[in-house]
Amino acid sequence: MTNLDIRALITTQLGRIAPDIPIESIDPKADLRDEFDIDSMDFLTLITALGKELSLPMPEADYDQMRSFDDLLTYLQTNTN
Amino acid sequence: MSQFLMPSLGADMADGILVEQLIARGDPVHRGDIIAAVETQKGAIEIEVFEDGFLDDWLVPLGTKVAVGTPIANIRTSDTPDIPKPVDPPPPPRPSEAPQPTDPVAPPDLPEDPMPPPYQPPVQPEELAGQDRQRVSPAARRRAAQIGFDLSALGTDRIIALGDLPDTPAVEPMSAMRQAISAAMSRSKREIPHYYLSDSIDLTAAEDFITRHNANLPPDARLAIGALYVRAVALAAQAFPEFNGHFENERFAPAPAVHLGMAINLRGGGLAAPALHDASEGDLDALMARLRDLVARVKKGRFRARELADPTITLTSLGDRGVRGITGVIFPPQVAIVGIGTPSVQAAVIDDQIKPRRIADITLAADHRVSDGHRGARFLRAIIDHLQHPETL
Repeated sequence: MTNLDIRALITTQLGRIAPDIPIESIDPKADLRDEFDIDSMDFLTLITALGKELSLPMPEADYDQMRSFDDLLTYLQTNTN
Repeated sequence: MSQFLMPSLGADMADGILVEQLIARGDPVHRGDIIAAVETQKGAIEIEVFEDGFLDDWLVPLGTKVAVGTPIANIRTSDTPDIPKPVDPPPPPRPSEAPQPTDPVAPPDLPEDPMPPPYQPPVQPEELAGQDRQRVSPAARRRAAQIGFDLSALGTDRIIALGDLPDTPAVEPMSAMRQAISAAMSRSKREIPHYYLSDSIDLTAAEDFITRHNANLPPDARLAIGALYVRAVALAAQAFPEFNGHFENERFAPAPAVHLGMAINLRGGGLAAPALHDASEGDLDALMARLRDLVARVKKGRFRARELADPTITLTSLGDRGVRGITGVIFPPQVAIVGIGTPSVQAAVIDDQIKPRRIADITLAADHRVSDGHRGARFLRAIIDHLQHPETL
């Protein structure tokens, strides 16, 4: 999966959870949960969907590496290569 | 033969719009099947049938708004012989008002954009008697309702079409969701003599329990701390029945099971508090699966009739991005609401040592007609004890 595909995947999943927040309007370096106003159940839904799509375990211990949109993108790129 | 009635999905519901008929005429139905969806102020609600049989006929066309208690379908029950038709025709549905904006299929009784009517000389006011009924196309009526536009401003001298209405509302009307919240909360503050208790709760053990539990689990099997909150409140509510039930007709009826209302924030405004049924039953993993299912459906604006009608006590929690504490307003006819704030690291004294611990405020708002502060404190203490010993959940 290319980096572009991963970005599209995150965008799609976030669009399902937070359809009212356009992706262009957020700060990709700020806390994802604040930017998309998502709670911990939403975040778990996001991680569940991304883990399934990419066949990644995405352990809770790594959540700190998924704080911002850019962090999450980097994490997924690194772990799918 | 029995009639399936428009159910009441809460004390504040007067009517609903039938928006989906999910079972075709003549098809079998089983107790618990979802046979229809009804649009209410709280969103689209799926309606379950309570007996086995066959759907004999729909009595209300799609898109019709009918009052609570109106028959909407005939169910031929399994033990009834296949008789042709009841002797008495079913009472006709009582439409409580004109089709609402959400009405998807109301047949237009006028062209939506009629040709301009032939010129008629203006009528003098005194000549209007008997012919002053305003003629409005269905689309225009729908738009007017959506934007809160007063059609009488347009007079009665011609057929009002969509193009006659302004594009945007002058003043944003209160949404149906806000109206529903307003009705329930105003009634609560008017009728329920609340009393309030609060304490701090050390959630370090509960969070550690979740971390250990989830360490080697895939995301779809993980627990959220909310599941522990649910279970702790449910166990305590079983032990303190005066906080779990409904106050109606000047008396309190404790509930035999704990159907925990979950206050769930909705994107785009408002909240809903549907029930997680039998919240004291099953293991934590099963409870979490049901919690996920409920939250996912509610966030899509989709929940079941029973979930709205029968919560016996409510839990409101601020999650991990809120503030330290929340004190709830009781949802009538319930008699208690538990609030759990967002945990943060604070200095706590444990065995004479100062330690960093994850602490939140926990509150109880309860109905003084049913219980008092002494029992309320013991109830709140029971919830705290459960959460501080998560292995007991």
